[in-house]
Amino acid sequence: MQVKQALEASAAAHHRIDPKSVVGWGVDANPENDPTYPMRDRSKESKGGMDWPVPVPQEPRVEILQSVEHVKRPSVVGTSTPPRGLSGAIRRAAFKYSESQWAHWLMLIFADRVNVVEGNLRDLTRGRLPNHWREMGISASWKHDKSRVVIRAAIGVVIVGAVVAGVAVLLSQD
Amino acid sequence: MLAMDYRAPRRVRVTEKPMPKIEHPRDAVVRVTRSCICGSDLHLYHGLVPDTRIGMTFGHEFCGIVEEVGSAVENVKKGDHVLVPFNIACGQCHFCQQGLYGNCHESNPGATAVGGIYGYSHTAGGYDGGQAEYARVPYADFGPTVIPDWMDPDDAVLLTDVVPTGYQAAEMAGIQPGDTVVVFGAGPVGILSARCAWLFGAGRVIVIDHVGYRLEFVRTFAPAEVYDFREIGDPVVFIKHTTDGLGADVCIDAVGADGSGNALHTVLGKKLKLQAGHSVPIHWAINSVKKGGVVSIVGVYGPTGNMVPIGNVVNKGITIRANQASVKRHVPKLIEHIREGRLNPKAIITHRGRIEDTPELYHMFSSKLDGCIKPVLVPNVA
Repeated sequence: MQVKQALEASAAAHHRIDPKSVVGWGVDANPENDPTYPMRDRSKESKGGMDWPVPVPQEPRVEILQSVEHVKRPSVVGTSTPPRGLSGAIRRAAFKYSESQWAHWLMLIFADRVNVVEGNLRDLTRGRLPNHWREMGISASWKHDKSRVVIRAAIGVVIVGAVVAGVAVLLSQD
Repeated sequence: MLAMDYRAPRRVRVTEKPMPKIEHPRDAVVRVTRSCICGSDLHLYHGLVPDTRIGMTFGHEFCGIVEEVGSAVENVKKGDHVLVPFNIACGQCHFCQQGLYGNCHESNPGATAVGGIYGYSHTAGGYDGGQAEYARVPYADFGPTVIPDWMDPDDAVLLTDVVPTGYQAAEMAGIQPGDTVVVFGAGPVGILSARCAWLFGAGRVIVIDHVGYRLEFVRTFAPAEVYDFREIGDPVVFIKHTTDGLGADVCIDAVGADGSGNALHTVLGKKLKLQAGHSVPIHWAINSVKKGGVVSIVGVYGPTGNMVPIGNVVNKGITIRANQASVKRHVPKLIEHIREGRLNPKAIITHRGRIEDTPELYHMFSSKLDGCIKPVLVPNVA
């Protein structure tokens, strides 16, 4: 029923756009762009395999984890945030599995969460208290949608209050 | 230099980081003049992409002024204002030779499925991105394009990803004159996909989303017929009925992992991370397209896997085309479209701020506050 109503409403509310009234209509129309034909252009495969002139290899200063599906390391690599700590150890283990293994990706996601804890601990050990309000950009919500902040804060207070009350009740029982 | 610094899902800050250095003869270092936050950055921000490490700087849509070049870089020089495609591509490998610059085999050690991408986790190479005052640009002798003097930097920065991605979504769909095209998602990529569908001769363009202000924008910008999926019942049934019962010729998924509209996918994909995000846009696309039709996917998903109705793909004889946009392949044509007034990308920019404003802009973009469609960072050094 909802679909029928929406169709009726759309017929009343929307006029069909005349394509010819749209600037640039059809200028790139290409009848030969047949999506059933492979994008790959085999005519350029002169030898097959990795026969291209390989760029000079970068010599990274940091540990690079590499997919086991690679035959060789790509010539250029990113050197941001090398693996370290417990999360790094989990990442190294994850890279023993191929990209087709769920273990590879789920271990990396787990390592990401461990890395969050490591980041917080690293801040604390350096005397820096993470400013979650600022880092989450909540001031934007406060500016543009105060009710959202208030509601979420209220929910948080209720949950924390319920947990505290529950613990208090448990502790009060002999 | 100041740079965005990822701390946890939904937590980023701005910190002082060391200046990027030339690490390879084909590198350059650019002083960033514009840097966007992309809808796909939100997948990282929400913790949906594996191997997103604490301390990384995001940002794959940026342009800047060349400050330093490596010994092998000759086609750009210090002082050139360049737009930097989000793909890190060597230009020489098997895939680059075919114009598949998003699939370069010489730029991503962490995975073979995708080439390197600036600031997009170690699954895309482990490069720091452009949401910073300066950025390292590998393969600078191939990727960057000098921005024409007449071009507004706001247009130029949108040519690094969102416009080519929207354009390629329409191109991959093989749109034929008169085709009905349904675009799922009215974010920046969906908006540009809808706009570009007309360039290929679409006869009807429909956009489905649930964010009212974005639907209103694309209604006039593309232009397009727009529908809020919360108000039309089952979107698949609606599309079938509004296309004389057969379905759309083409469906474009411009949403990716952060979709909504189905509780099961929300729990499995976004909460438990047992799927690579929310796959309901693919469901709707596959089920809304006509038999023998084309589904074009540019929405970004993680690499683990998603529940999709593959049986219907087989039974309906659907062609699926998908890829990261090969930005450099499209840039010359898109520059021409902007020069001729056929495209006006900068109209989608709704918010701008300094690098220091990055946490608020991420939150605003993620939470769809204040009519946010496209935020752009303009560093103090720009």
